[in-house]
Amino acid sequence: MYDKKKLEDIKQAKGEWEDKFVNKTLKRFPERKEEFETDSGIPVNRVYTPEDLEDFDYQKDLGFPGEYPYTRGVQPTMYRGRFWTMRQYAGFGSSEETNKRFKYLLDQGQTGLSVAFDLPTQIGYDSDHSLARGEVGKVGVAIDSLKDMELLFDGIPLDKVSTSMTINSPAAVILAMYIAVAEQQGIAPDKLSGTIQNDILKEYVARGTYIFPPEPSMRLITDIFGYCAKNVPNWNTISISGYHIREAGATAAQEIAFTLANGIAYVQAAVDAGLNVDEFAPRLSFFFNAHLNFFEEVSKFRVARRIWAKLMKERFGAKSDKSLKLRFHTQTAGVTLTAQQPDVNVMRVAFQALSAVLGGTQSLHTNSKDEALALPSEQAVLIALRTQQVIAHEIGVTETVDPLAGSYYVEKLTNDLETLVWQYIDNIDKLGGSTKSIEKGFMQKEIQESAYQYLQQIESEEKIVVGVNKYRMKEGIPADLLKVDPAVMERQSKKLEQLQKERDPKQVAETLQKLRDVAQSNENLMPYIIDSVKAYATLGEICDILREVFGEYQQQVVI
Amino acid sequence: MDKPIRVLIAKAGLDGHDRGAKVIAQSLRDAGMEVIYTGLRQTPEKIAEAAIQEDVQVVGISSLSGAHMHLFPPVAELLKEKGASDILVIGGGVIPESDIPYLKEAGITEIFTSGTSTKDIISFIREHVN
Repeated sequence: MYDKKKLEDIKQAKGEWEDKFVNKTLKRFPERKEEFETDSGIPVNRVYTPEDLEDFDYQKDLGFPGEYPYTRGVQPTMYRGRFWTMRQYAGFGSSEETNKRFKYLLDQGQTGLSVAFDLPTQIGYDSDHSLARGEVGKVGVAIDSLKDMELLFDGIPLDKVSTSMTINSPAAVILAMYIAVAEQQGIAPDKLSGTIQNDILKEYVARGTYIFPPEPSMRLITDIFGYCAKNVPNWNTISISGYHIREAGATAAQEIAFTLANGIAYVQAAVDAGLNVDEFAPRLSFFFNAHLNFFEEVSKFRVARRIWAKLMKERFGAKSDKSLKLRFHTQTAGVTLTAQQPDVNVMRVAFQALSAVLGGTQSLHTNSKDEALALPSEQAVLIALRTQQVIAHEIGVTETVDPLAGSYYVEKLTNDLETLVWQYIDNIDKLGGSTKSIEKGFMQKEIQESAYQYLQQIESEEKIVVGVNKYRMKEGIPADLLKVDPAVMERQSKKLEQLQKERDPKQVAETLQKLRDVAQSNENLMPYIIDSVKAYATLGEICDILREVFGEYQQQVVI
Repeated sequence: MDKPIRVLIAKAGLDGHDRGAKVIAQSLRDAGMEVIYTGLRQTPEKIAEAAIQEDVQVVGISSLSGAHMHLFPPVAELLKEKGASDILVIGGGVIPESDIPYLKEAGITEIFTSGTSTKDIISFIREHVN
């Protein structure tokens, strides 16, 4: 980008500046630290100049927005056309309570839904299962059967909203229920839009809601890809997630590297199952974390797009532009929220959200200030949503596309992150791919080491957390925390009893038997799961059949 | 030299957030204790059983999913039933201040919430064991 002569001049001028000004200043005022670095351990220089971008090639490295390699964004006009989808993750208690929260959020200007399911639902147990003790309706809504799903979306026209659902192992079952509810509303599957998380690999590594071993899990995922390509064409069939990998302790570089490596594994599995890459790849989506190290986060989003485009084009020979574009949802980093002085979390969330917007996110969840203490209250959720609205409407950052492009620092960081990410991807390839590297505990170990290092930096006060290891103060007990009604487990169990009486047992038994047979074959499971769901077989019953055929995953304990 | 303190770190219930449990396990280990980590999805019964079998002096239970009121007290109860009430039971996670008195009454000696320094946990354990 710069000619040799100009770079020489800059180099010389920098030397002079260091002699004349910097050294003098340093003698009187030493810098705060000997060395500065990002969270991924990339050294941060005092100042960046064109020298740091010696080989920078605008068209090759950035291109224009909506153009390969999509560093500047996946659409040509980005937020000048339409803002990102403001999508707050919500769900607690029963489907009736969550339905109310959804309607409240839509009334406040939220533009998409995002469903949080409770842990028994995510692990394929009905609410009356002994392992569900204490967990029913806690971290999300309890869904046992199509009945609950009908109540969850009561009065919400499914052709008018897009719905993201954080569901992984039982993703096929929940998607089947969504399709069935839509049918009851008179809406055809091809009119539905939304996302299922459906990303099992990161469950083994970081999030923990796995059921089946890797092989049958990958089959369920590719069955969904295949079914949706034909029947639910506007559905994002997977949300390949770095969010939880980061929450578990990974650095920004590890977050992108492990997520993209998992992405490679899914694409490869689908190609191996006989699908055409351009048929399913346009429906892949991603989910990242927006953490505290502002410029590194912005660079991270930009570099993720650049690397994925290259991977899809060069490794998988994708031809369609849509297959090359990495579209992503972002959530601010839950792990950075403090229980101490929780109001301060509003600021943390705002800066993190801003980094996601400057990084070109397609949708965004902003955390609520009270989430280190309990599930978010309605008032805390409202401030979180308003934060996004302020960024969108008031501060001018949405008027031009990728405004930080060309910053010497941001472009250098983007390049440095790219180098680190490719190194990890190469290592994972050498280990035999993502699934193998997870079985060997490689990703878990890397994440664990980073998590421990982060903790040590806080305890040694190398990293300051306002209100935790500095600027502490005495506080009262926070008021207005949300409490989940403890009776929800009983109510769900009663609903299950009622369901047993109302449904046709013969139809349930038949559809489940058919499901068992197909699970043992290579046929696509989706149509049979839909049949079982419509017969009001419960989520637990369906998952039990699959457990029987597929077996259960045994966790690798790595520490 | 004294024998090292033996600790069981356990993830109770279906919660998958194990970052805290793992860094605590590693910190205690670095402080010279012998630490056994159970992995995810442990029932109170399994935790109590493991504590006795592994002959630990301390059990640290973690839950961030809001199930602590159902999952922590039975561990202390079961240990008591089995004549192992000398085992120190402590807990951690996303636990509202208002739940702590109940948990303490139920035999959980201390609750460490988000932001607690590992030094505080280490010295608490050292003070209360022996």
